[in-house]
Amino acid sequence: MNDLSGRIGFGEVALSLLLVAVAAAVSWRRKAGLEQDILVATFRSFAQLLAIGFVLEWLFGPGRGWLTPIVLAVMVATATLTSSVRGKRVPGARGVAAASVSVAAASTLGVLLALGIVPVEPRAAIPLGSMILSNAMNTASLVMARLRDDLASNRREVEARLSLGQTAAEAGAPWHRTALRTGMLPIVDNTKVVGLVALPGAMTGMLLAGASPASAIRLQLIVMYMLLAGNALAALVAGQLTLRRLFTRDHQLIRSLRRA
Amino acid sequence: MGDRFEYRNVRVDGDDGPIVDGFSARIPADGLTAIVGPSGSGKTTLLRLLNRLDDPDGGSVLLDGRDVRDYDVLDLRKRVQLVGQVPVPFAGTVADNVGEGWEELLERVGLPVAVATRPADVLSIGEAQRMCLARALARRPEALVLDEPTSALDTSSKAGVERLVRSLADDGLTVVMVTHDPRQATELADRVVEVRRATS
Repeated sequence: MNDLSGRIGFGEVALSLLLVAVAAAVSWRRKAGLEQDILVATFRSFAQLLAIGFVLEWLFGPGRGWLTPIVLAVMVATATLTSSVRGKRVPGARGVAAASVSVAAASTLGVLLALGIVPVEPRAAIPLGSMILSNAMNTASLVMARLRDDLASNRREVEARLSLGQTAAEAGAPWHRTALRTGMLPIVDNTKVVGLVALPGAMTGMLLAGASPASAIRLQLIVMYMLLAGNALAALVAGQLTLRRLFTRDHQLIRSLRRA
Repeated sequence: MGDRFEYRNVRVDGDDGPIVDGFSARIPADGLTAIVGPSGSGKTTLLRLLNRLDDPDGGSVLLDGRDVRDYDVLDLRKRVQLVGQVPVPFAGTVADNVGEGWEELLERVGLPVAVATRPADVLSIGEAQRMCLARALARRPEALVLDEPTSALDTSSKAGVERLVRSLADDGLTVVMVTHDPRQATELADRVVEVRRATS
């Protein structure tokens, strides 16, 4: 009856391309020069989602549950690479990113599965894993970049603190705190206004697919709490490890920051 | 008294060639030693080796006859207090900045006790530099290492800080001071160490 998902075929998708034409027309009329990018984005989204659709269809098939950890590992690797490129001015950024996204995903997903909050099935683990990983990835990048830039621009105060005999952790504490907040605030703010400003993705998806609002919000709440915990853990691990990478064992700023 | 510090054939590499190369000098434990030299000759770098904010790429630096790298670095930094060119007040009041024993220390550096409750970042630059000296003295150091301590100050606060630094040396503290001002070096210091620009 009100299930939209079964009614959408490729004809409907083709019709919705009209909306892409609107975006392209705006760009063309206002000389934003984005027509080509819009074209590329349209083709890429089509190809990528079509591909992942087939992959998921196949993965969710019977007897293929054992592949789920491999899929999650590939997602962890991609998230790590993306995050470490953005945090590349931190030495060993890849290790920092890998640790923070893995800890975030393993612990939150682990709790949800272990407590039986969501079923141990590819259909649950893969989408939830992808949500937590993409969030943790952004958090790790933010925390790494922020901490590194703040220590560089406040080098004088950091070294004044070290000169008084503070440890690296003590000397970096004010900026460590700021970086953690930077990483965690977006998700905390989102969680506060959820439902007031925007209906979040998981819930929207369930509603469109015909689920009752009551069950849609229950899933959404679980997702939000998972993201809160995952982001906090990603920020924690990224902050701790980044701080360690930016100082030597002898409580000195690393050379690239000393001579910045 | 013997040497407090000794530089033995020290080399520090920068991004384009050595900042300091083959530098040797002894700094006795008593009195005030000025380090002078042209800008870019690595004076600040030489000071940073004394409390290990930097380490040499060649040679060694000794404190009381022992390589500074053989000390626990946190302990070394309490014994050898470095105060930079520009005062860096931390968040909080003046008393928070100086810590335990602030009354006595503020008096020692010539600040009225009334400033103790003021936020540290509203002090004038001259007052802030005195507060930084008080903060360093609170660690009960054996040596005070100063990087152009008066270069950011106006003429009137400059003379006051100079007198203070001199009196600290007279009280038996080893004072090492980098300066680019030859007058300051000859008038204030007991001895002068010259640094030449490293030839790369």
